[in-house]
Amino acid sequence: MEITLAGAAVRRKDARSKVTGTAVYTDDGRTPQMLTAKIVTSTCAHGLIRHTDISRAAALKGVCAVLTGADATMLCGPLLADRPPLAQGKVRYFGEPVALVIAESDAAAAQAALLVEVEYEPIRPVFTPSEALRPGAPLLHETLGAYKKVVDEIYPEPGTNVCDRIRLIKGDAQKALLSCHTVIDAYYTHPPTDHAALETRAAQARIDGDGVIHITTSTQAPHEVQKEIASLFGVDMGKVQVTAPFVGGAFGGKAGVDLEILAVLASRAVGGRPVRLANTREEDIATSPVGIGAEVYVRLGADNTGKFKALEMRVLLDTGAYTDMGPRMARAILADCTGPYNIEHVFCECVTVYTNHTYATSLRGFGHITSTFCIERTVDKLAASLRRDPAALRNINLIRPGDTAPTNFTVTESTLGNPEACLEGLKKLIRWEEGPIRQEGKFVYAKGLAMIWKTSSSPPDAGSSAVLLFNDDGSVTLQVACVEIGPAMRTTAAQICAAALGMDVQNVHVTMAVSTDAAPRHWKTVASMTTFLLGRAILSAVEDAKKQLRRLAALSMRCASEDLDVSGGRVSRRSDPAQYVEIKSICRGYKFQHGNTVGGRVIGRGSVTMQNLTTLDRHTGHGRAGPYWTVGAQAVEVQYDTTDHSYRLLRAATVLDAGKIINPEAAHAVVRGGMAMGLSQAGREGLEFDPSGRILDSSLRSYKVMHFSQTPEYLTQFVETPNVEGPFGARGIGEHGAIGMPAALANALSLAARVSLDELPVTPEKIWLIRSEKPL
Amino acid sequence: MIAYKEKTDLELRVNGQSRTVTVPPGELLLDTLRNRLGLTGAKPGCRNGDCGACTVLVDNSPVKSCLMLTVEVAGHDILTVEGLQSAPEQKAFIEQFAFQCGYCTSGFLMVCHALRTQHPNPPDHVIDAWLDSNICRCTSYAEIGKAVRSLLSGEIPKSDAQNKN
Ligand code: FES
Ligand code: FES
Repeated sequence: MEITLAGAAVRRKDARSKVTGTAVYTDDGRTPQMLTAKIVTSTCAHGLIRHTDISRAAALKGVCAVLTGADATMLCGPLLADRPPLAQGKVRYFGEPVALVIAESDAAAAQAALLVEVEYEPIRPVFTPSEALRPGAPLLHETLGAYKKVVDEIYPEPGTNVCDRIRLIKGDAQKALLSCHTVIDAYYTHPPTDHAALETRAAQARIDGDGVIHITTSTQAPHEVQKEIASLFGVDMGKVQVTAPFVGGAFGGKAGVDLEILAVLASRAVGGRPVRLANTREEDIATSPVGIGAEVYVRLGADNTGKFKALEMRVLLDTGAYTDMGPRMARAILADCTGPYNIEHVFCECVTVYTNHTYATSLRGFGHITSTFCIERTVDKLAASLRRDPAALRNINLIRPGDTAPTNFTVTESTLGNPEACLEGLKKLIRWEEGPIRQEGKFVYAKGLAMIWKTSSSPPDAGSSAVLLFNDDGSVTLQVACVEIGPAMRTTAAQICAAALGMDVQNVHVTMAVSTDAAPRHWKTVASMTTFLLGRAILSAVEDAKKQLRRLAALSMRCASEDLDVSGGRVSRRSDPAQYVEIKSICRGYKFQHGNTVGGRVIGRGSVTMQNLTTLDRHTGHGRAGPYWTVGAQAVEVQYDTTDHSYRLLRAATVLDAGKIINPEAAHAVVRGGMAMGLSQAGREGLEFDPSGRILDSSLRSYKVMHFSQTPEYLTQFVETPNVEGPFGARGIGEHGAIGMPAALANALSLAARVSLDELPVTPEKIWLIRSEKPL
Repeated sequence: MIAYKEKTDLELRVNGQSRTVTVPPGELLLDTLRNRLGLTGAKPGCRNGDCGACTVLVDNSPVKSCLMLTVEVAGHDILTVEGLQSAPEQKAFIEQFAFQCGYCTSGFLMVCHALRTQHPNPPDHVIDAWLDSNICRCTSYAEIGKAVRSLLSGEIPKSDAQNKN
């Protein structure tokens, strides 16, 4: 049967709640009985804890309990268990939790937190991966070799600050570089950044009389929380119930298990009473994980026609004090290291390194903002050196169906999409033919380009599932566990279900809160993979339900179930649609005239996992990191003021191969939102630390994200090359708007200011500094 | 000048209703609204005046409720997002995709509502100045701008906006 997308422009199902203030986020669900927990954070970036005195805090009126590392002798982490929820004997970053106060009021909690006394013996800190790799550098983790590996494919190097190293080898890059006509050598840096979701992370926990742990939390991964809490606290998974209500922005920063552990520790310490814990903005930036920083060395060689021949890349990731997701991002960078270009000889090494920064976790783009910045800046440098048009140079090097991906398998039209169509579309959109640069008085107007691609880099067994329940009125309740973090994912889920059932989306119901008790497992709402994974699970649940409906209808209509179709709330005869039964009359089983009933309630079940993905080989990088790519082309146009180096963003453009757009307006809005975040990261964001490792910009006053008047005009377009395995052919688009913006902005400004901007963020100060160092 | 030393009974006018609360003098309006009056539409995003998620209207002007003490608003009219009665801004925000996660939405709606009532036809620089008070991390802001401007150009007829959708 051919499936069509019903009602393409669907209003999001949470719209009314969100404009009336009735949408409930984690900390909105606070009740008067709840106690408040407050984290005491380290004031030292690297040091031994000599002494902790909680007596004054514990004695304060209204304080119920004070916990330290001694009360929580566990280690956590999604890949390597190296992180104590409360520091044990040592602190490794400024802002690290060292104690937890639980009190009857916010005020008592805050006051008690100030009364916890911790004495540190400072150790020399290290703040960049290259510093941390130097022989003799102080070690963050003396017992690196003893940590439990949570996944097999992570390779810590005990006695060093390296928590993982992986390489990709395709052809012989070293040799090929020797015979290249032109080689560009470059070094780039990207500091750690923050997700700055508007809702700070928050969690609540209570433990009931039967030992069931109930958690409500702002998470992208309720089932991961369930699993991790069960394993850390040694209880059955069924005894952990996690609810994820509306989440106020996440961007990868809420995909780990973080505050939930502290909330459960807190509740356990007070006999299971309900406890809430909500980060202040300062804690959200300094204490909870940040976006990963990097230092990157790139060598790109081309022949005299401009054809890329060889790429050598060395990526040092600043994962901060703990491993968290660093090595997974390393693999994501590795798998896509070339950008969407066909390069015969590639060598890439990604080293994930501990430093005394706040530990890093996934952030929109999953490392691709950094790697794209490095590759695309290098491509522009090559174009300048060869005096080639940057768009034309990109075009002749694009990867095409039949070519070999960096991780060594052949790409197809379905897995790749059409990068060329994206680039051509982009050129029209930004009127590239008018040229990339022009000057008018003191202003220079310049355009910069970037090509992007990204695959999922998920665990090969990432999966999703869906359950379809039929209500007595014939409507459907869809139970799925994707979290509504913003992009209307739950509405999209209903849309996919409705389209497959041939039903009005109004008749497909989804709750906005997700409970691990009710909704079957979905990996995580991350990696722009939700539409793909969950969509497939929903389609399979719909097929299952249809089979049952047809079987029941066949009884009533006395025909073969193969001759029936399900659509429009009915099961009808294919040969004569005027003969039908309504779903509502059979969805509880078929009732014969005299009341005897056969069959039971229809419940559709569907579950899927990623197919044919493999982990990347540690020495060669060979393997399959994702089911498909989403490719795209992006551009930024700036107005640069030559007198003071300030600039304005005029236009930002994106053409993405989305496979198939399921909800057009929502898709454009999600891509624009990604672009805004990417531009904010590009031009404004980077955590700054003082020499002792304190974060200087831990408030939104100093960590300045983009504001209303600073945004450019946005131009977005989609190419639709179906991904044959995706629901309706769709590809993920959640992160992609952000990925190429820093590269495109840096390319535009490097051209405009005639400097080489190789360090993010690109600020007027930086342009000024570089220009005053080497006047042109 | 009135000095508040202890917990004080206050009569607040919130969304047209009179509500009595007993608050310590240092309590923020944001906390009173959320924890005592159950009006959780105003959100904390920074408690530092930087994000605007906590914006409410006091005598029809936007105020960051994390920067105002509850004792200061006694005798003034407070309007929160819960008090918007099918305001055209709400409909415009829905139509223009002016939110994703929705966490900033109450704050932006309140700013836009006051902007329209105080400046029925604001030039761009006024819109910029008003909306720069708040942060949205999800949308590109272009959608919020479109929503605001759609009301100025009368794209959404007021009568229609009264109907719940
Ligand atoms: S919470 Fe008031 S401005 Fe951010
Ligand atoms: S919609 Fe998420 S912060 Fe604005």
